[in-house]
Amino acid sequence: MVESILAVEGISKQFGGLRAVHEASLSVESGCITAVIGPNGAGKTTLFAMITGFLTPTAGRIIYQGGDITGMPAHRLARQGIARTFQIVQPFAGLSVLENIAVGSHLHIAGRTAALAAAADVAKLVGLDGMLQQPAATLTVSGRKRLELARALATTPQLLLLDEVLAGLNPSEIRDVLPIIRAIRERGVTILMIEHVMQAVMSLAEKIYVLVEGRVIAQGPPAAVAADPKVIEAYLGVGAAARLAGGAHGQ
Amino acid sequence: MSRAGFLPIVAVVAALACVPFTTSSNVVLNFLVVALLLTLAGQGWNILGGYGGQYSFGHAAFFGTGAYVTAILQVKYGFNAWPAFAIGIAAGAGVGAVIGALTFRSGLRGSYFALVTLAFAEVLRITASVAPITGAGVGTLIKLDLSARALQFPSRAAFYWFILALVTIALVITKLIEQSRFGAWLVAVRENEDAARALGVDATRVKLGAMTISAAMAAAAGCFYAQYFLFLEAGIAYGPWISVEALLAPIIGGVGTVFGPLLGALMVRTLGEAAKQFTGDVPGLDLVVYGVVLVLVIAFAPRGVAGIIARLCGWLMPPAKKLREAPHG
Repeated sequence: MVESILAVEGISKQFGGLRAVHEASLSVESGCITAVIGPNGAGKTTLFAMITGFLTPTAGRIIYQGGDITGMPAHRLARQGIARTFQIVQPFAGLSVLENIAVGSHLHIAGRTAALAAAADVAKLVGLDGMLQQPAATLTVSGRKRLELARALATTPQLLLLDEVLAGLNPSEIRDVLPIIRAIRERGVTILMIEHVMQAVMSLAEKIYVLVEGRVIAQGPPAAVAADPKVIEAYLGVGAAARLAGGAHGQ
Repeated sequence: MSRAGFLPIVAVVAALACVPFTTSSNVVLNFLVVALLLTLAGQGWNILGGYGGQYSFGHAAFFGTGAYVTAILQVKYGFNAWPAFAIGIAAGAGVGAVIGALTFRSGLRGSYFALVTLAFAEVLRITASVAPITGAGVGTLIKLDLSARALQFPSRAAFYWFILALVTIALVITKLIEQSRFGAWLVAVRENEDAARALGVDATRVKLGAMTISAAMAAAAGCFYAQYFLFLEAGIAYGPWISVEALLAPIIGGVGTVFGPLLGALMVRTLGEAAKQFTGDVPGLDLVVYGVVLVLVIAFAPRGVAGIIARLCGWLMPPAKKLREAPHG
């Protein structure tokens, strides 16, 4: 049994009359890549915001490395080793690429020179070396996604939450980023990712949770989840699973 | 930390320190003293507004507190001017910390922050204009005692060097912040507060720290004002003029730069004097001039005079760089 680094126990988030997340539970095993998938508006980003301390759950608990972290503010979670990227990239536009990453490395390194050096190392890992002095505002979409990744990594996290890092990238850019994500896992960082690019989820994740209308409706290894009738119906509509199965029988 | 970064400060301060040897004109020295006083208040604003992105409209609250505490401690409690000066700075910093704690904890950002700081300054101005301890409508007069012991220098040059020393400290502090982790965090909060929080930056604490340092500098300017002019009343100490000029100087000079407030303060004072020369003493006309300049700067030089200088250097530098790099190529 692999130890779980993060356990989400029945958390809910209510925005007025809207139940964005409803009694969702999931467990992330140490050293693995776990993915959360689901249609648009399923509550994935809200779930991430609660885990990373940007939103407080209305109910439920979040356990990280054995301790209750429910409602702890984002900056303290970062200090405990939880880092995140944003779905809508949030670069420090006025700063250079290196300065952006250095904000992350400053978390555990007080000295300016040492922090900049550590930032340059991280930049190499995500393939941003060569544009260190460029203003972040001039980066392409792919560059900004890498920058999100680099900044989060620079905080030397144990748990990294990736919110759609591949969204908006073209197939060749995705092929470039996949090995980077694998390399991060090889360094011993546990990854929890929200992703719409199924090719990536299938090839990266060891375990998948499917979130629909705020509830976890399925979980398990990628192949099992992809074949689950509930999941197919959630994406394609009621009866789709049966029609697909019927079509297959017909042949 | 790079020592070379401090060379421009040494050069500029050394050049400014020589001015009294080249002129004995009281008009020139008085102009420079007021410009440096404004630099100090502007540098305070620049720490919070320029580096931290929190635009305060009420730095008069800190300026006035510094000024009043310095004056009242001497006049009513018989303090010596030097400790009164130091306590004035601390009191201004304290007011900054309190206002900062109230506003940042309640999550006020942008224009809401600006309005709340303005409101605090106005509340203090109105209070000071009726409270007996400030002399209410009559004002507070510090007794004339032209001696260094009483922090009232017999010569204008000495006053000038004293304010230059204060400005030097402010420049060095700003440069130190720029090269530190605190500075990196402060700029990160300015650029994107949520992203900064995700990277472990305690945004509230960083802003609070910046506001306290910022207030201390504005308060130091206020303390100096009290010692230089020896008279205070609510409309001067807590008046909107200092809130406006403290933000005009860094914005015109270049927000978030070490020398922006100094460049801006010199320009603002020059413009103010020029406006007076041309228009006589029509009240409020200098403010019209400031408004026009502010619009022009924001429209055509958002990085201020410092930005223009950097761009000029950029045009002039490349050939020089090529020459230096030629042997390698």
